[in-house]
Amino acid sequence: MGDFSAVLFSEWTKVRTVRSTWITLLVAFVVTVGLGAVISAVTNSQWNSMSDRDRLTFDATSTSFSGIYLGQLAVIVFAVLVVGNEYSSGMIRATLAAVPQRITLLLAKTVVVLVLVLPVALVTCFVTFFLGQALLGDHGTSIGSTHVLRAVVGAALYMTFIALLSLGVGFMLRKPVLSLGLLMPFFFLISPILSNVPKVKTVAHYFPDIAGTQMARVVGDNSVPYGPTAGLFICLAWVAACLVGGYALLKRRDA
Amino acid sequence: MIEVHQLTKRYGSTLAVDGLSFQVPRGVVTGFLGPNGAGKSTTMRMMLDLDRPTSGSVTIDGRAYHQLHQPLKHIGALLEAKAVHPGRTAYNHLLWLARSNRIPAGRVDEVLGLVGLREVAKRKSGGFSLGMGQRLGIAAALLGDPKILMFDEPVNGLDPEGILWVRNLMKSLAQEGRTVFVSSHLMSEMALTADHLVVIGQGRLLANLSMNDFIDQNSHGFVRVRTPQPEALLDALAMARISTRPLAEGGFEVIDGNPAQIGDLARDHGISLHELSPQRASLEEAFMQMTADSVEYRTGDIHPSADGTAPPPPEDAGVARTGAADSGGWGAQWNRTSGKRRKES
Repeated sequence: MGDFSAVLFSEWTKVRTVRSTWITLLVAFVVTVGLGAVISAVTNSQWNSMSDRDRLTFDATSTSFSGIYLGQLAVIVFAVLVVGNEYSSGMIRATLAAVPQRITLLLAKTVVVLVLVLPVALVTCFVTFFLGQALLGDHGTSIGSTHVLRAVVGAALYMTFIALLSLGVGFMLRKPVLSLGLLMPFFFLISPILSNVPKVKTVAHYFPDIAGTQMARVVGDNSVPYGPTAGLFICLAWVAACLVGGYALLKRRDA
Repeated sequence: MIEVHQLTKRYGSTLAVDGLSFQVPRGVVTGFLGPNGAGKSTTMRMMLDLDRPTSGSVTIDGRAYHQLHQPLKHIGALLEAKAVHPGRTAYNHLLWLARSNRIPAGRVDEVLGLVGLREVAKRKSGGFSLGMGQRLGIAAALLGDPKILMFDEPVNGLDPEGILWVRNLMKSLAQEGRTVFVSSHLMSEMALTADHLVVIGQGRLLANLSMNDFIDQNSHGFVRVRTPQPEALLDALAMARISTRPLAEGGFEVIDGNPAQIGDLARDHGISLHELSPQRASLEEAFMQMTADSVEYRTGDIHPSADGTAPPPPEDAGVARTGAADSGGWGAQWNRTSGKRRKES
């Protein structure tokens, strides 16, 4: 198994010492908070022109999290670069020569991404929530209301899961261009489109972003056949599948 | 000690490494020599468990690489220059490596000083020249103060000063009792540094011997002869069963002859000599002959080659100038001797 704490410290040193880590995570924060604030403010100002149906299913919490749609792309870039940079530079050979136990390497990278992204995501989501609710004015909700705290934490967990899933994909596809070329269009375009196509959407509902959205909702989404708890497990299953796939290929392939 | 046992690597239908077995002796510089594409880098990557062998094994101090606890303290490797994140400083690159094997951070400053990068330690490695990148890679290899060092083409792309530095470093590492395993495609470079040679071509072992043995076996001399009466001398040499080959400038070389014997022969036949000079084939030539059959992509030969079925033009010119009575026979003999030499190697 190798010396896990040493490898963890080493991976932390790697992540800490490149600028892309801090830039991508800052962008994730700014975009998520900023876009959430804009959409919350616009919703507030357009409230009178909304249909009754929209008003009835209005979810103040998830409205303030609208920015995650774009902010998650920065999280994806961060996680993909954690592993992809090593492959594009050839540094992966130095890494695997120093840490030949590949499971130790993958677990250390996973833990580093987790402990870095989770606090950033929690801060981002709480700031997003409070700012969004303030801008929603009378239509906002409070952190003490039913299920709201769960939804805020759920949104942070979703961002963290997206990072771990991207790390797994990064291990599978190795080249950052490939990983980003798959993940960015998937989360930005393909999944949102497919989840609105009849028939296809019964499958698309189980995509990680749709499942994650349920975690961040207070008012249930009638078009999706499961709730926030199932959403959490669906997301976890995606994360596990990507990391296991990443490990299987890391173990088998030549570096 | 590194032991390579029946190591084989197959990529699809091509065998990159083919049943390679050798040992790297302790405490000396071993040159790992072969033309480009011979499988040197693949072998080195398999030694470090980076690539998975199709079959066979490598052991380092009796254990597989992945079984080594803190491998950087056993074996340090430089595989490719500038395989670093361009945005990370030289110091931080060495720092993460050190931490992965519980090497104290103070050692980072030490190796940076050792390779002369202390002044640029806080600079991003993306701005480094190839030579600086190579030094950083060597610093990384030295980080764990390992007993075994492995360098893949360390002088590639370096300026003369850098080459000299790497050469001296390898020698001093061996003098400290370390095992140094260094790959190269240049015999001339190895002749200056290596004590032992492992030569491969097309993934197969061609030679495994000490540098001295290689020199003794491969630098057999020949004698360059010039005479105003070439026909007479060639006849005399042919009668004495001494083989020759023509030179472009009009003289010819006597293979395996010794100057005294040729001089005596010339006097006996009343032939005057204008030149009689012993020559030694360079090690580079010996290496090229050894690997001639295993070069991946061959360039057209500039010099007459024994491979061609039709005699190439320069040989015709040589024959015409010597004015041999039976030019076909002469050419045939030349071909035969060359063929024999190739088979011997």
